[in-house]
Amino acid sequence: MNTAVLEIAGLNRFFGGLPAVQNVTLKVEAGERRLLLGPNGAGKTTLFNLIAGDLKPSSGTISLFGRDVTKLRTDQRTQCGVARTYQIITLFAKQTLAHNVVLSLLGLRKRRWNPFADLGAETALWERAREVLALVGLGHAADRPVLETSYGERRRLEIAMALAQDPKILLLDEPLAGLSADERFEVQRLLERIPRDVTIVMIEHDMDVALAFADRITVLQRGQIVVEGTRAEVVADPKTREVYLGH
Amino acid sequence: MKPSLLWVAAFGAVLILLPQVIGSAYYVNLCSQILIAAILASSLNILVGFGGLTSLGHAAYAGTAAYFTVYLSAHAGFGYLAGAVMAVAGTTAMALLFGLLALRASGLGFLMITLALGQILWGIAYRWVSLTGGDNGLGGFTRPQPFGIDLADPAAFYYFALVVFGLALFAIHRFMHSPFGQSLQGTRDQPRRMSALGYNVRSIQLLSFVYAGFWGAVAGLLYAYYHQFVSPHVLHLTTSAETLLMVIAGGAGTLFGPVVGAALVVILKNVASAYIARWMMLLGAVFVAIVLFMPDGLVPGVSRLFRRFRNTRRTAMKNTEPDAAALPPTLGKRSA
Amino acid sequence: MHFYVMQGLNGLALGALLFILSAGFSLIFGLMRVANLSHGAYFMLGAYVGLTCIDRGYGFWAGVLAGGATVALLGGLVERLILRRLAGRPLQQVLVTLGIAFIIADACIWLWTGDPRPVPVPSGFEGVFRFQGFVFPKYRLFVVAVACALGLALWLLMERTRLGAMIRAGVDDMDMARAMGIRTSVLFTVVFCLGAALAGAGGVLAGPILSVYPGLDSDMLPLALVVVILGGVGSLGGAFLGSFIIGFIYSYGQALLPDLAYVILFLPMVLVLTLRPRGLMGRRTV
Repeated sequence: MNTAVLEIAGLNRFFGGLPAVQNVTLKVEAGERRLLLGPNGAGKTTLFNLIAGDLKPSSGTISLFGRDVTKLRTDQRTQCGVARTYQIITLFAKQTLAHNVVLSLLGLRKRRWNPFADLGAETALWERAREVLALVGLGHAADRPVLETSYGERRRLEIAMALAQDPKILLLDEPLAGLSADERFEVQRLLERIPRDVTIVMIEHDMDVALAFADRITVLQRGQIVVEGTRAEVVADPKTREVYLGH
Repeated sequence: MKPSLLWVAAFGAVLILLPQVIGSAYYVNLCSQILIAAILASSLNILVGFGGLTSLGHAAYAGTAAYFTVYLSAHAGFGYLAGAVMAVAGTTAMALLFGLLALRASGLGFLMITLALGQILWGIAYRWVSLTGGDNGLGGFTRPQPFGIDLADPAAFYYFALVVFGLALFAIHRFMHSPFGQSLQGTRDQPRRMSALGYNVRSIQLLSFVYAGFWGAVAGLLYAYYHQFVSPHVLHLTTSAETLLMVIAGGAGTLFGPVVGAALVVILKNVASAYIARWMMLLGAVFVAIVLFMPDGLVPGVSRLFRRFRNTRRTAMKNTEPDAAALPPTLGKRSA
Repeated sequence: MHFYVMQGLNGLALGALLFILSAGFSLIFGLMRVANLSHGAYFMLGAYVGLTCIDRGYGFWAGVLAGGATVALLGGLVERLILRRLAGRPLQQVLVTLGIAFIIADACIWLWTGDPRPVPVPSGFEGVFRFQGFVFPKYRLFVVAVACALGLALWLLMERTRLGAMIRAGVDDMDMARAMGIRTSVLFTVVFCLGAALAGAGGVLAGPILSVYPGLDSDMLPLALVVVILGGVGSLGGAFLGSFIIGFIYSYGQALLPDLAYVILFLPMVLVLTLRPRGLMGRRTV
């Protein structure tokens, strides 16, 4: 039962000769909560972009659910069961929250190709969207346009859109960034409630939350993996301290 | 939804009664021209308004379909129906090819490629004299007589164009609110996000490109029937630019914007050419003025004014909170 | 054999003219991300202004200068008064340049009537140059030399001068250039004027070969676009390569298959877009 959901082997990505991700080899087991740590510019988001398919690797392979997806496009990987949130929020700003989630639900359904039906009449989708929004505590705001919501609400909408996809693996890029203490707590509780059949890989700078959440931690620096192990192992490793204190 | 349905019904009634009201054949013909231009502009709106793909070569589809149908029916011995079907099918296939090429780029690159492809077609029509008649164009074509209705009569042709126009507008209205149409609008606003949500952005854009080409071809068919003649002019950059102006001036991304824009441009063109010979200059000036002073187009601009007016009146009457104007749009107006 | 050599020379000459035209387009696009659709109209306007100068007896070279200067001035005004207001909105900018192209084209018909006008070959370049039984019109050879010299000059400008360094910095990263204290506002105007001047002067130089006629603008603009798509947007080397490829293909095409010259033009574009969408020498797709 302990199969790898995400397997990365010898992954490299260069930007104009400069390595952003260097020789990364990584294995994430089903149901695991994996935390990616590292200073700014360590290549964490680039790694996410490579896993999601937004970037093509210079070399190396990426496998999801035992299948080599290195050559697949982003949308094809999404169809395999990958969902992600973005560090910089990218939402459909003029649309309502419910509409955003409906687009997310629709993306995995064949009906998205229908050019004649009325999307507004797809009641099942809209109901499901409201359910998902209620899950992240935004049930009351479903009909508000994104433009009129707060930053914290948008962060939660990001997560709702990812959850709506029923992903097998969820990539969270700094889900707590820029939130108030109360909001952090709410999002933290929300993440804890995600069932274990969803594997989660998370980038997060809030160490308290992140460490409490993660099973295993990977520390990156200058595009390379420096330390990897369980919470206790990584915290105890002197190299972690080195990366963070810059010695 | 309900008041807008009422508007549509009223608008439809006016269009149906129009030939009776105006009577003069010249103006009925002008209305037919507007309808044809409106179909072409609405088809371009699929790309520009919903897809954010600004094409400067949309005359290609109308022009190619017009050439095909005149050539097939008047010179190659096919019947009207066969000629029309083959013209639309052939043009749609060409849209697939052009779409594959133009969508290799995005933004300005897309615009430049569509323009270049359009001009190449114009060059073919202009230079391949043995096939296209060159600058003299292809004639010898007469309007068909479906079910014994003689379309040579201006009013009959107007109703024929009106039926096609109604079909096109209905189809595009459905498209705009459909899952696919909403996906296209998503790729316009957040292409990267859309692919992360599982949408194949390029396929969506390509299919929309082909769909726009299809309705462009239908407009071209009507164009050929109306003029009973086709010349390189229909493929010229000016025609593409006029069509784009209709979309932008009326309001890209709205259903009726391109229709209003088409009416405006066609009327302006006819009025202007009656008094001055400088249509191109006027077209250019209108282009610059619209882009500088009314980039959203007339329909969104006017409806915004109208909404503000209505809201201030309501506020004055009921004396509700001053925020009434900033109320969030309801679900029914989602894609306005 | 003779035919191919002669057509080859025609191709070279057309390529040279296309380079003079598209170098400016490419320069403007590379720095400002403006696809200047007035460029064909600038070319035609320059030719008409030059012709008027020649008709008034000021001579060919004064005509070239006048054509370049007039169009540069016009370009500077357009950039300062209109494009600047639309900074950061590339689509609106393109549409405005298209509108201006229509205005210029119509104004040219108004001022210079619709008749095609020949431009005399400048004195000293009439006649032909004979070599091994081949006959080369001197003026065409001259135009090719001008294009090569221009290519070299632009290369030196970009690589060896302060202005060039500023342009390159702007092309690479506008914000960084601004942060380094480069006055991008002045830079934009300078580059736009330079690009326009090249188009205007190019129009006059093209006069003796293509003559001047209404529609010259819309004949040249798509050729320039195809050159730029082929060579890679914003790349001077790409514009050079693309110009001569298109020059040759178009000349041979027109001589061998006059009906289909335009279709043949389509082929290199299809190939490049399919195999290498950023263009032969482009660094990125647009």
